[in-house]
Parts: sequence; C-alpha cells; structure tokens
Amino acid sequence: MLSVEEKILEIRSKMTADLESVSSSEGLTRLWGEYLGKSGCVTMLSRELGKAAPADRPALGKAINALRGWAEEQFKAAESAVKQRELEERYLREAVDVTMPGEDLPVGGLNPVTIVRRQLIDVFGGLGFKVYEGPEIEDDYHNFTALNTPMEHPARDKQDTFYINDDLLLRTHTSPGQIRVMESWEPPFKVLVPGRVFRCDDDATHTPMFHQMEGLVIDKNLSLCDLHGLLDTMAKAMFTPDTKTRFRPSYFPFTEPSVEVDVSCCECGGKGCSLCKGTGWIEILGGGVVNRKVIENCGLNPDEWSGLAFGFGLDRISMLKYGVNNIHILFDGDTRILSQFKK
Amino acid sequence: MLLPISWLNEYVNVSDIPTEVLQKSLFSCGFEVEEVVNFGGEISRCVVGKILTLVPHENSDHLQIVTLDVGEYSSELQIVTGAHNISVGDYVPVALDGSTLAGGIKIKNGMLRGVPSYGMLCSGQELGIDDDWYEGASVNGILILHDPVAPGTDIKDVLDMNQEIYDVTITANRPDCQSVYGLAREVAAYFKRELKPLALDYTVSVERDETIHVSVEDADLCPRYIAHDVKDVVVCKSPELIRRRLKMCGHNAINSIVDITNYILVELGQPMHAFDCDHVTDNTIIVRRAKAGETIQTLDEKVFELTTDNLLICDAKEPVCIAGVMGGLNSGIRETTKDIIFEAAKFARDSVRKTSRALGQSSASSAKFSKGVDAYTTELAMNRALHLICEYGYGKVGCTRFDIGGAPTANTPVTTTYTDINRVLGIQVPVEEINGILSRLNFELIVDGDKISATAPAYREDVESYPDLSEEVIRMYGYDHITPKLMENAHVTSGGYTFEQKIFNKVQDTLAEAGCFETISYAFYSRAELDLLRMPAGALENDIVSIMNPLSDNYAIMRTTLVPTLCQVMARNAKRGNECGRFFEIARRFTKGQGDRPVEEMMVCVGAYGENETFFTVKGITEKLADAFKLNFEYRKATKPFLHPGMTAEILLNGRVIGYMGKLSYEVTADFEIGKSAFICDLEFAPFAAAVESHVKYKAIPKFPEVDRDYAFVAREEITNGEIVRAVKAACPAVSKVKIFDVYRGKNLPEGHKSVAYKVTFTPGDKALDQEQLDAYTSKILKRLERMYGITIRS
Repeated sequence: MLSVEEKILEIRSKMTADLESVSSSEGLTRLWGEYLGKSGCVTMLSRELGKAAPADRPALGKAINALRGWAEEQFKAAESAVKQRELEERYLREAVDVTMPGEDLPVGGLNPVTIVRRQLIDVFGGLGFKVYEGPEIEDDYHNFTALNTPMEHPARDKQDTFYINDDLLLRTHTSPGQIRVMESWEPPFKVLVPGRVFRCDDDATHTPMFHQMEGLVIDKNLSLCDLHGLLDTMAKAMFTPDTKTRFRPSYFPFTEPSVEVDVSCCECGGKGCSLCKGTGWIEILGGGVVNRKVIENCGLNPDEWSGLAFGFGLDRISMLKYGVNNIHILFDGDTRILSQFKK
Repeated sequence: MLLPISWLNEYVNVSDIPTEVLQKSLFSCGFEVEEVVNFGGEISRCVVGKILTLVPHENSDHLQIVTLDVGEYSSELQIVTGAHNISVGDYVPVALDGSTLAGGIKIKNGMLRGVPSYGMLCSGQELGIDDDWYEGASVNGILILHDPVAPGTDIKDVLDMNQEIYDVTITANRPDCQSVYGLAREVAAYFKRELKPLALDYTVSVERDETIHVSVEDADLCPRYIAHDVKDVVVCKSPELIRRRLKMCGHNAINSIVDITNYILVELGQPMHAFDCDHVTDNTIIVRRAKAGETIQTLDEKVFELTTDNLLICDAKEPVCIAGVMGGLNSGIRETTKDIIFEAAKFARDSVRKTSRALGQSSASSAKFSKGVDAYTTELAMNRALHLICEYGYGKVGCTRFDIGGAPTANTPVTTTYTDINRVLGIQVPVEEINGILSRLNFELIVDGDKISATAPAYREDVESYPDLSEEVIRMYGYDHITPKLMENAHVTSGGYTFEQKIFNKVQDTLAEAGCFETISYAFYSRAELDLLRMPAGALENDIVSIMNPLSDNYAIMRTTLVPTLCQVMARNAKRGNECGRFFEIARRFTKGQGDRPVEEMMVCVGAYGENETFFTVKGITEKLADAFKLNFEYRKATKPFLHPGMTAEILLNGRVIGYMGKLSYEVTADFEIGKSAFICDLEFAPFAAAVESHVKYKAIPKFPEVDRDYAFVAREEITNGEIVRAVKAACPAVSKVKIFDVYRGKNLPEGHKSVAYKVTFTPGDKALDQEQLDAYTSKILKRLERMYGITIRS
C-alpha cells in the first residue's frame, strides 16, 4: 500500500496530466469533483489522516493542505484557460459574413421642396422671422387689391389666375400672407410665408402649382441696404459662403423701389456656364421696400413704419441646389427620384 | 422691344460706347438686354467685285465664266456662275473662299464642269435681304449694286448690314420706354449726353378743307383722341431708311402712309391709324362702345360679334375699326387713296387688352395699348407723323385737328426731403447727384434746403411718392452702391416655428423614418378621379369646390381628399416597375362647407403598396406616429366604399374619429391600375396636433415592481382584440398595459370560439402587489369579460 506521501505525489502527477488534457468547462467540473469534491481523492486523503500515527499527523496534515492549496490554484488556472479557449471558440463559431445585407428597415425621405423650405426657415428663423401660413384659396382683395395691383393688371385675367368665383381665387403668390400678417400682428415683426401657389401655366418649364416663400419685415427706418444684408445672408447659407448677391432694378406693384436679386452662379461660381447662360449670375428672387400704399392698406402709418419684402420660388431654389433640370420632377413621386434627397 | 442701335444713335450719340458697356448700362438702370441680334452678323468674307470679263462656259449651255476685280483679295478672280442678269462693269457681291452667307451657308472654292470657281456671286436672298432693304435685292439673279464701290469693300458696309439690334425687356411700370425715343431718353440721362429733340414741325398746306367730324362717346375708354387730315396723299414705297428700320423691328414695309404709322409706333410707342376718307362715311368718326351683338368684319375678312366691353371707331354708318386692335375690312390704305385721317389716341389699356384677348386678335398696336400709352405722347406722335408727311412730300397737311380729351394735366409734384430719399436707400447719395439725376430724367425740381419738390415729366405716369424718387436715383447712381447691412436700426424679434408648425415637421420626419417618401401633388384633380372612390352623394368628399377656369378637366376640382392623388403616385411607381413604396403627403383638402369661403383642412395621407405590405405593416406606421407624440389611437372596424370591407378601420383619438385606414378594394386597385396590394391611411392634422401635449411633466417611476400576468381567454370569434383590451383596462385601474401575444383556433375549443392569450401588466400604487391583491384584480377582470362578452378563462 502506498504511503500518503506517495499518494500525494501520484495525485499531483495524475492531476497535472488530467488538467492538461481537459478541454471543456464540463470536463473541468467533473475533474474538480474527482479531486476536490466530497468524495474526490484529495478529500479522501484527508480522511486517511486519522489512520496515520499521531506523531506523523501534523506533518501529513500540512502536506495534504498544501496539496489542496496547490490543487485549487491549478484548477483556477485551468478554469481560466478553458474559459478563454471556449470564448475563442465561440467567437469563431459566431463569426458572420459582414458583407451580407443588413435587415431591411426602410427609411423614406422628404421632398426636396420641403428640405429647402426648412433650410430657409432655419436661416431666417435665426434672424428673428416667424412663420405664417395663409389660406390657399384667397380673395381678390388680399391677392391683388391690397397689394396695389391695379384693376386692369393682366395677372387678374382668367388666363393667368384660377378663379373659384368672381371674388375667390387660388392665390397666385404668397404675398397675400403679408397683408394678412400686417392686418393682425403688431409691428415690429419679421415673418416668412411659405406655401403653395397657383397659376394657369402648364408646360415644359411651368407647373400650375408651385411653391413660394415670402419674407416681410415691418420696422422703423428700413432700407435697401438692410434688404441686401438679409438676402446676402440667405444666399451664403443656402449656397456657399462665398456666394455673392446683386441687385438690379425691377418692378412689382407692392414694392417701391423694387429689385430683382441675382446670386453668383452656384454651378460655375460666376465664371459663366450653361446654367447661368454665360452671365455668371442666376436670378433667384424679387423684393423691395414695401410700397407705402400697401402699408397704408393694412392700417399702418407709412410715415412711422417701413417694410422690406422679398419672395422666391422654393421649387426654383431646390432645382438649383440639387441640379434638377425639370420642375415636373419635383411633383412626380417616383421613389427612384425621392430616395435621392434623404437628409 | 427691339432697339436698333443705329436708330438709337440718331437721338443720342452712343457710337463711341462699346456694346458691352451699353448693354450693362441699360441693364443696371432697369432695362435688361435679353438678346443682341446682329443683323447681317452671320455674313462674312463677302466683298464687292467689279466684273471684268464674261465668257460662256464651253461645257455648259447656261453657265458663264466671270473674272472680277475684288481689290485686295485678287485683281482677277475667276468665278463660274449660272446667273444671266450681269454684264461687264457691274459691281456685285462676291462670296470669297471660306465665306458664310445668310442661313449659315458656307462657300468654298470648287470646280464646275472642269473650270475652277473661286467663290460665288450672290443674290439678295443669299445675303438675307430683299427690296425693302436694298432696291433690286429681290431680283431673280445676282444683286447688282446701284453705284460704283471700291472693289474689295466689305459688302455689309456697302449695304449697311452691320446692324446691332437689342431685344430689351421693359418692366410694366415703364410703358414710356416701349419705344426707341423712350430708351434714348434713358440712355442720354445715364451717359449724361445730349438728347436730340424730335422733329415735330409741319406745314399746313390745305387752308380750307372739307370738315371732318370727330366725337368720343365713351371717354372712359378713350381719354384722348387726336385726328388730323391729310389731303392728296402719295401712296408709294417708303424711303430706304424707313423700310430698313421697320424691317429691323419686325415690321414689313407696306406703303408710305402705313409705314409712317408703324414707324411712329416703334419710334414713340404710340400706335396710329390712317383712315381712307373715301371709306369714312360723311368724314365722321365716332368713338363708342359696341352694342351687344354688333358685328364687324376686319381687314383679314373675319367677322366678329362684339359686346359692350369693346370700343369701336365708327363712321356715320357703321364700325370701321376695333379701337386699338384691328382695322375693319375697308379701313386699309390703297394706291387709290386720296385723302386720309390720321388717328393718334390713348385707349384704356385694360379695354384694349381684354378686347384683344376676347377676340383672339392681337397686333403690334394692341400690344402697345395693352402696356399703356400716355396721353402726352399721343400729341407728339401726331405731330411727328405730319412732320414725316411734309418731309417726304407724301401729302398736304390739312388745317383741321380734333383733340378730344386734350393734353393731360401736369403730374402732381412729389414733395419730400433728401433725407427721406436717402433713408429708403440706406446710403447717403450727395444732394448734387440727386439733383443731377432727377434733372437729367426731366423732373422739374424746386429745392429749399433739405426739402425737394420734384415733378415728373408728362410722359411718366408711374411716379407717386418719394420711394419712386429713391428708385430713380439709385438706378442711375448704381445699385452697387447698396452695401449689405443687417437691420442695424430694427428691433430684435423672436423667430422660428409655432408649436403646431413644429408638430407638422415632426409628422413629416416620423413618416419619413417609417419608410415613407414625401410626395407633392397638385391641389386639384378631375371629377373622374374622385369618382373612382365611389363616395355617396352626401359624403364630405363630394362637397366639391370647382375651379371656374381650369386648365382642363384633369384639373377641374379642388381635392376634397388626398387619396386619389396618392393612388396615382402608387400607380405611377408600380407601372414603372418599382416593386413597392410608401408615400405620404401633408396638404390641404378643400370642401365647400357652410360658410362664405371654402374650408381648408390640413390632412396627413399615407399610401403603401407592395407584396410585403399588410394591414398591420401600415397600421404599424400609424402606431409609430401616435407613439412619436405619446398619443393613443383607437381603431374601430368601419367601412368605406373604396376600401376592403374586412380591412377598414376608423381611427379615434380621445373618442373622436380623426381618420381611417385600410386596404384599397380590389375594384379601386384595378381602376387606378396599381396592380398590387395597396393601403391608405388618412388623418386630420388639426385634432392630432391639438392633442399633443405642449408641456410634459415628469412622473416618478413606480416605487414597487410592476407585475405581469398571462391569461388565456376563450372568446367568440367576433369579439375583437380592441374590445377585450378596453374591457380589461376598464375592469381594473391598476392595469397599465394589455398586450395580445397569441391567438389559437382549433381543437378543444367550442365551435365559433378562439383562444386569445394576453400579457397584462399591473402597476402598483403606494404599496407592493401581493398575491391576494392580484387574485382580486384577476377576478374583477374575469367578471367584467364574462358579463360583457361571455368570455371565460381557458383551463
């Protein structure tokens, strides 16, 4: 029969071999039972201590405890190694082809007209402009008369304007919004009026419905320089920071002086290209100092209050910004078109 | 309008100003040059040749061999020609090797039947001109120059074909610039140059003439009417200068008298008419409104029926002209015409424009009248016409003049200050500059310190107050003086969206995140499209707002629902092979309503089609929308004529129906030609936006854990999930969530029943939930389900 010392030696060598060959957590648990469990060989060895001579007991006890301590450490190390190996195997097993397609979570998008509308509202909102939306079916007074459009003006013709009855019509511009705001808001204020407008035109470059945005500032001592500053800020924000703006004389019944505003061509930067027809400039909006009559029509005193107004086509700006060469594309609704404008 | 620079030069000398500078200057003072037409510009390397010899071609019975002196290009140039109207010693246009003729035709050296030909002799047509430009240019053959010219001279110099014509855009407020002289005034003011006065003098050479009678019955449509008679007129070909100028401005030369009226039209912007006295009964002219149903036959032999909106020029017997629009059948000037009456009038622009549009007849005159003619120029025009008659000896000016309406009263002075003028501009234009500019624009000024009183010239009808003066100053001073400033004097105001506008944006964003693309469709469509929805007569969708003057039946009514346009978008996509698609539009529907004005309501409309779409994928979108705003939508089974009867739900918010959703019926899907399963959801935006809480208050999370209990109920088939959920929630206030997770049909269940499994979440109040409490809740729930729907718990 082997002595306790011999058994210790044997356990050490057997356990070392066993731990070297163990490959799984389950195997390790089983081995732990075999060595350190209730009926494991190390535990059994402690029981043999009683059979030993009393004089030998302290030394043997110490040796068995040392064995247990050693075994526990060995198991700890082995466990960590097995876990590490198992983790590595799991990672390998779970590896995917990362080039396989992702789960289909469709994302739609906004119409380019909406995107541009929001960008412009952001620019002017930061300058203190509120947003107002008026009715799309307007009356003659707000659409024409209050805006100083003479009775005989061609715009009033049935050939140009859609009428609902003799008085009501589909607004031909967002300018009636100016009137409605001036009638009901207390100056000073700054307001944007975006919206759909309608004119009797349907050909390659016109749609009977399109979008405008109107801007109006009512305050004291406003001048053309202020209008230039506003529009310059807008053009730089919408196109590029080095975009230039240019005024030239024009005529609208509701502003005096009236200007047409050009921006340096967003395509060629002003050198001249097919987009700007070689001029280096692109016409984007009209505006001016609000006609004193219009201010008076809205119940304000034109000697006290002055106004700046400007208006542009949202469709036109989106077309310029995105290089859309046909306005009908904006109203088509083909997903292959719309998916190009995701924000 | 077309502006020949050579004509402009007659009134203001701009010959030393480069064309680019002239164009830019016109542009900067408000007259954009849209296009520069170079009359004769395409003709190059075409020179004068003198014919030296002329011999028949040996191998041809019609060709001739010509030798020419073409000056510096050759002293003996050989050309083969088919023309026979030439002789030795003639001076003719020669297109040299490499030249270009009218229409872009290129000429190169060549061989004709074995004989080399170094160019071509030209006809008038090949140079793009006819007899109106150069007498003899219309001849069938080679153009033969009237007088000897040094061989080798550019033919364009000889024929005055180096002409630049500007096509200038004139804004609606400046009808006074719709003429050569009007623009000359502006150019003279801009360049600070002298404006040559118009020659207006004439000599009356018929002292005692048969009286003519003129009366204006409707002065509102005819503020000024001037008539003057000319006797013994010479109806012949006009002089070259007049013919050429008319041609450059798009008018054909007709005869000496008609050409004068057209010449004045272009030069002064005043339309004129010449009546043949033989066709004006009793030499009487009456300007009056047409009687209802009255007819007139015009020069082009069309008969028009008129209304009282149309103004007529009549003689003692009948109408002879539609005022400002078109002459009557017998109103023309013929070779036999002896005496004429010239008419220069101001007709109301509105009346002429409406008449012209209503009759579908327009002319250069009606176009000018529609833009506006001023009563001051009316008189200039008449005097100018009489001057031309005298200058060219085309008749004897009579002594009778009718001027009805008379000269307009002077413009009211604008009284203001230099401070006000500059305040509008935002810069300080020096007083001397302001005075100089306004004086050059023919304003009369009275200055007193800062005060200024400015009277606009008689031909301007657009100057009303000081901002008009500011505009006059800055367009001449230069808009480049305006420097950007950001409202230094203005108040600070708060900007941005209202709460509702923010919700609008978030609805757009949420739908986009749910896979929908935003479409924009026209606000009008056809009655036929709406009718595809099969809505009954009394339905809101049939409370239609119609357009009086639609472009076509396709755009005849305003949308009462966005559904048809969204169906069209889906159909368009499907037809083009796009397999599926989700779309939305947020726009207004228009209904007639009860009030004075139609009702405009913002609608949120979603459409989805494709093999993978189901009622529940689309309901997922509406649920996402509700969730984004912390709202609870309830769904109730419903019907709509255009939706699947088994897949239609009304959507309720706080107990009120705010919309519906469902699958398009098979009939409607086929009618719109979508070809795939398609779904629609339509919601009112306003109640939706109103229900969103603007202010969120934090609620502490429950102190005690929530408890889930699973139940399996046995219910009759027709009991809906919604009914069970509502009943469970109503039975016990501690229930915070009820979610169905299984439906079972089959064995072990009574006939016509289903088993439905729910997870019910209980949220405790101020103490933890114990078993006893939960049992009590369960019993309450079961009792209510049993009582309301006969539902039992599945054992």
